[in-house]
Amino acid sequence: MWRHILKRLAQAIPLTWGILTITFFISHMAPGDPMDMYLEEQRQRQVAPEIIELLRQKYGLDLPIHIQYVKWLGNVVKGDFGESFRYRRPVLDLIAERIPYTLQLTLLALLFSTSLGIIIGIVSAVKQYSALDKSVTLGSLIIYSIPGFWMALMLVLVFSVYLGWLPTSQTRSMDYEFFSLGGKILDRLWHLILPVFVLGIGSAAHKARYVRNRLLEVLNEEYILSARARGLREKMVIFKHALRNAMIPLVTILGLHLPALLSGSVLIESIFAWPGMGTLAVGAVGGRDYPVMMATLMISAVLTIVGNLLADITYVALDPRVSYEKKKPV
Amino acid sequence: MLLKVENLRSFFFLDEGILRAVDDISFHVNEEETVALVGESGCGKTIAALSLIDLIPSPGRVVKGKVYFNGQDLLKLSAEHMRRIRGKMIGFVFQEPSMALNPVFTVGYQIAEVLRLHMGMGVKEAERETIRLLGETGIPEPEKRFKAYPFELSGGMQQRALIALAVSCHPRLLIADEPTTALDVTVQVGIIDLLRHLQKLYDMAILLITHDLGVVAEMADRIMVMYTGKIVENAPAVDIFKEPKHPYTKGLLGSIPKLGKGSKNPLQGIPGAVPDFLDLPPGCTFHPRCELGDRDCRKKFPKLFAVDYVRHSACYKYYKV
Amino acid sequence: MKRKNRFKKLILFGALVLPGSGHLLFKKNTKLGIHVLLGSTVVALLLIFRWDRFVHTFQSRAFDDWLALIFIFLSWSAMVFISVKHTYESLIEKIKKPKIKTPLVLASRRFKENKLAVISLYVICIFYIIAILAPFLATHDPSAIENVLETRYQSPSWEHPFGTDEYGRDLYSRALYGARVSLSVGLLAVLIAITIGTLYGSVAGYFGGFIDSLMMRFVDVFIAFPTFFLLLMLVGVFEASIVAMILILGLTSWPGTARFIRGEVLSLKEKQFTEAARAIGLPHRTIILRHLIPNGISPVLVSAAMMVSSMIYSEAGLSFLGIGIRPPTPTWGNMMSAGRDALLVAWWVALFPGGILAATMLSFNLLADGLRDAFDPKVLMRRFL
Repeated sequence: MWRHILKRLAQAIPLTWGILTITFFISHMAPGDPMDMYLEEQRQRQVAPEIIELLRQKYGLDLPIHIQYVKWLGNVVKGDFGESFRYRRPVLDLIAERIPYTLQLTLLALLFSTSLGIIIGIVSAVKQYSALDKSVTLGSLIIYSIPGFWMALMLVLVFSVYLGWLPTSQTRSMDYEFFSLGGKILDRLWHLILPVFVLGIGSAAHKARYVRNRLLEVLNEEYILSARARGLREKMVIFKHALRNAMIPLVTILGLHLPALLSGSVLIESIFAWPGMGTLAVGAVGGRDYPVMMATLMISAVLTIVGNLLADITYVALDPRVSYEKKKPV
Repeated sequence: MLLKVENLRSFFFLDEGILRAVDDISFHVNEEETVALVGESGCGKTIAALSLIDLIPSPGRVVKGKVYFNGQDLLKLSAEHMRRIRGKMIGFVFQEPSMALNPVFTVGYQIAEVLRLHMGMGVKEAERETIRLLGETGIPEPEKRFKAYPFELSGGMQQRALIALAVSCHPRLLIADEPTTALDVTVQVGIIDLLRHLQKLYDMAILLITHDLGVVAEMADRIMVMYTGKIVENAPAVDIFKEPKHPYTKGLLGSIPKLGKGSKNPLQGIPGAVPDFLDLPPGCTFHPRCELGDRDCRKKFPKLFAVDYVRHSACYKYYKV
Repeated sequence: MKRKNRFKKLILFGALVLPGSGHLLFKKNTKLGIHVLLGSTVVALLLIFRWDRFVHTFQSRAFDDWLALIFIFLSWSAMVFISVKHTYESLIEKIKKPKIKTPLVLASRRFKENKLAVISLYVICIFYIIAILAPFLATHDPSAIENVLETRYQSPSWEHPFGTDEYGRDLYSRALYGARVSLSVGLLAVLIAITIGTLYGSVAGYFGGFIDSLMMRFVDVFIAFPTFFLLLMLVGVFEASIVAMILILGLTSWPGTARFIRGEVLSLKEKQFTEAARAIGLPHRTIILRHLIPNGISPVLVSAAMMVSSMIYSEAGLSFLGIGIRPPTPTWGNMMSAGRDALLVAWWVALFPGGILAATMLSFNLLADGLRDAFDPKVLMRRFL
């Protein structure tokens, strides 16, 4: 198994390099100099050409492109993502400030969607053809198809504007400072409810469907019939024998959902004014802040790779067949 | 009599119609006897076997009939009661051992699980007994195999493990559904010997389901021939092979290639094909393919006539066969 | 004989004037007849009620208007043609050719049995037709700004079914024009993506070995980027016009398709018909184009339907954030952005565009589901015996 892990880690390195390279080249494909584009966006054309030249030198934009690439690559590996045009601060600091908020949302949404999806999927499969099952099958498709940001707006409309049960945005209330520790935690959680729900519900619907279908598939397998023929209790058959087999591919699905959740968080963060990487990225795009744009793209891709790697390792750990691939029958 | 089946009917309720997989069969199995249920693929014998332990997959179910096991009608039992009988009193061996074992659990775990459940053994005790069972079914190095996953074993060993699983609780009846069909011929012999050995050891009755007449010849005391969901002949093995009393049985035996004298003769098949279950011929379902068939056969499916004290045949013209 | 001739002429006349009537009279191809009849009735009603707009478009130079006009003209001609042809045929006896049961025919039959999928297909077609005919169906000019103070933020009414926005523009008309953007972007981007992706992926899968690894490495890198972040970057680098949007969306999605079809080709490669084709000595190009792709295409079509849905979503999302297609060009996304600002005051601005967006996405996803069930009924089959 360890060999497999090392192999995957080794594969991740060229992948990461590829990501860095592509990020660099995309950002430099712009029809124009990055500094010019930035200044144009900031409507500071009146800046004297000498100052522009100084700025360009500062950011190393006057060097030929391949040298820029090598320098930049070297910096990135050291952890230096450059300085934001807009905020005049190291990009790394900006990202470090914001990543916790994004991770909060994304990981909680993953947890939420997985647990909800599994529960509904199992119930739906066990009670196949019941009214519940049919409504789940159709309902999950509908939920999965509704655009997240519209759902967010509608829910805010209902629950915040009309009913006032939940906050409209932000991570904490205005009078947060005056709360006790317990109050602070509750306030944070209260603010997390809507964003996490909207972010995770689509993924939950997809997982529910997947679990249901997979479980039904497994329940039709011969070894389940064999288990019943041995007189095993039905609960054991479903929860031990069937579920184990059905769940293993779910790990891969989890890995696939992570980039989707990261993507989704961009829109959700914007709606709920959440100070995460998504809002940072959107602001950077609007303001043509290239260093930040590149960094957010890279970090999100690296997070995806890490997530997939973890999913892959977990899969190998769970499924005995994969690690023994090379062995011959004894 | 260990097992007595009366008028068993199991149907599948499909959109296209009702499929009568098992249509009114009756038979019995005595203690320590080996009875073979023979027929071509798709004649309903597997469903018949699954009906006995009430495990027919939907949209099928047992519609009518009685299955007396040790005096109790299994079909009238509660689900929980039935569950306790499965595995403990009635063992089931499946056709494809690689599919019948759960791929994510070790072989040893699956056997030990049954021992702990039905026999109340502790973990250590179950492990010891499992290793002993694996050894008894002819698996070399059973301690190692205990920790092996099903895919690590060869086909023959998987089947032995499956048999070990089925007999672990010393059931009174072992139902073996095509136990040798998926295996190489050389391995088949070992399995047949193993089943015979275990039968003597544990005083089990065996209901053997197969289409392989060679295996039947080696093992069966009595033979029941099935066609389109019905039993068409029921007789001791010796009699069936020597003098079949049903045209279908005769046709089946005739299609076995013979070595030696007569080997130059062309193979005798049965003309026509097995009819679609949803579109069965009226009356005797075999009559379109039968050399003795005539207009009388078309009226009603013949009941099992007594050829003599122990032999029955479902043919109006059995005396002519 | 004379009577039959006059009868014939009458029927032909009827077919010309109101296509579809002939079918119903003769009870031939009634399904087709009902469609044609409905279509011609709708066109007729449209012409009657919107005569002013119709005349206007002849004079206008706008591409939108001409597109709608040409569409009406073409569809009317098609309907007349079908009507006349079938009416004529029904007067002569024709020998019917038995239909060959190709897998495509079987799949379409299965598809038709799935009511939900058929409905979603209808809905999609209706949406596209509505989008093309937007100039005729819109009640107001989508960019017309009149007396702002009076007309802004009016709640839904007969005159403004969807209400008005902050500049007093009619949201219903804007939504219609927004549909044109979203639907065309979705369709064109998907076409680009599956064309490139299919070719790339099938070549990689077919040749295997080193070429495959190399080609797939590139794809893997692309797939590692979370979609939205990549789109953000690309939109940030290039200006977001409609054409740019289509290209960006298309060019970021083809790797997914490529991976997909590579898998299919890999498994098809093992099948015997590939061996047979090679044994005959067919060139690689032919094997890929004529044998492998047609056989492996069905899951790609399913995923294409889902991709349209997600591309419309991406476009809307980017516009919502303000970095996609910018106002005054209406697109559902930027309309919802305005709606978000006005959420407390005018809920309708956010509700309607988003609702239509949701309906469109839902239809495409249902279609994808239906296609999947039509092509692969394995899911429904159960083992017994």
